[in-house]
Amino acid sequence: MIIASKKPIEEIIQEITPYSRILILGCNECVTVCEAGGKKEVEVLASALRIFCLSKDIEKTIGEHTLERQCDHEYLEEIRNIVDDYDAIVSLACGVGVQFAAEKYLTMPLIPGVNTVCLGANEDRGLWTERCQACGSCVLARTGGICPVSRCAKRVLNGPCGGSTNGKCEISKDTDCAWQLIIDRLKALDKMEEYETVAPVKDWSTDRAGGPRTVTREDVKI
Amino acid sequence: MPDINTSEAAFEPRIIGFCCKFCAYAAADLAGSMRISYPASVKIIQVPCTGRIDMIHILKPIEDGADGVMIAGCLEGECHFLQGNLKARSRVEAVRRILAQIGMEPDRVAMFNLSSAMGPKFAEITAQMTDRIRQLGPSPVGEAGKKSRNAA
Repeated sequence: MIIASKKPIEEIIQEITPYSRILILGCNECVTVCEAGGKKEVEVLASALRIFCLSKDIEKTIGEHTLERQCDHEYLEEIRNIVDDYDAIVSLACGVGVQFAAEKYLTMPLIPGVNTVCLGANEDRGLWTERCQACGSCVLARTGGICPVSRCAKRVLNGPCGGSTNGKCEISKDTDCAWQLIIDRLKALDKMEEYETVAPVKDWSTDRAGGPRTVTREDVKI
Repeated sequence: MPDINTSEAAFEPRIIGFCCKFCAYAAADLAGSMRISYPASVKIIQVPCTGRIDMIHILKPIEDGADGVMIAGCLEGECHFLQGNLKARSRVEAVRRILAQIGMEPDRVAMFNLSSAMGPKFAEITAQMTDRIRQLGPSPVGEAGKKSRNAA
């Protein structure tokens, strides 16, 4: 899922200064699971902003709404009837949701309420870690199911590099060396011969190097 | 003549006290049975466990003008639901951080731990919280806070 983290409230307060009627718009998908932008976070942010405004005698209307998804036309349509009651939207969705809402409501200022961080997993309660960089051509089949693109700081495909010490990366003692993890997993799978195979040069044109990417499926088009 | 709500001496804080059924609420009962008085400023709301309290439950009373919110749960390690009071503590800390970010005194929200046998301790923590809020003054959100701001 997409992992996001809450923006500091001071930053949001700064951004909403010019507007007097603000809708806090949550998303029920990834940002709910990573506890950054779901219904609960909408409630908390809206309440905090109201307390701020009341305590400083600032007149603002803070509304709340949470959509099933902000990255789908049909769900974004849900707010069409209420959107005119507001001067700006603080979207707690990931960058995708914020942009999609902005595209849909052309004259409505959109303010992101979270920082979109990565594609990751919920490793432990309160801990989300990166697992994928959406490089567009997956190599997991030959790296023991561990991604060297997202989990190796250098993205080396024939690792490890010289910075690997005791299974940790040179960037931080808390960061596992992805290639150590790959080797451990290949050993567990009894597939160490795959480690000996030199990986071909990766086609990075499917990554960001090729510009914004699209997926087109003729079979599901209407 | 000073306004009764803005006069510091007359300021009677309005504090919401979320009390766990198994400890603080029972301790409040015990304090009553023991004829120990505690400040009337604390309005008690019984909860099945402090782990039931979410951040929004703490923020809403402040939004509605309460001067303080106290959460009283079981002693650490003695929660009936194992970790409810520990979760409550981290939520209290999160709310305190939010208050600091929006320019309010974090001390308006506090967590206490006690057992059901601690009637006198209940009276002590409510008095402590009342004193603390009295020192901080009325919440800037409530009517009293607004009046004192306008008078200044």
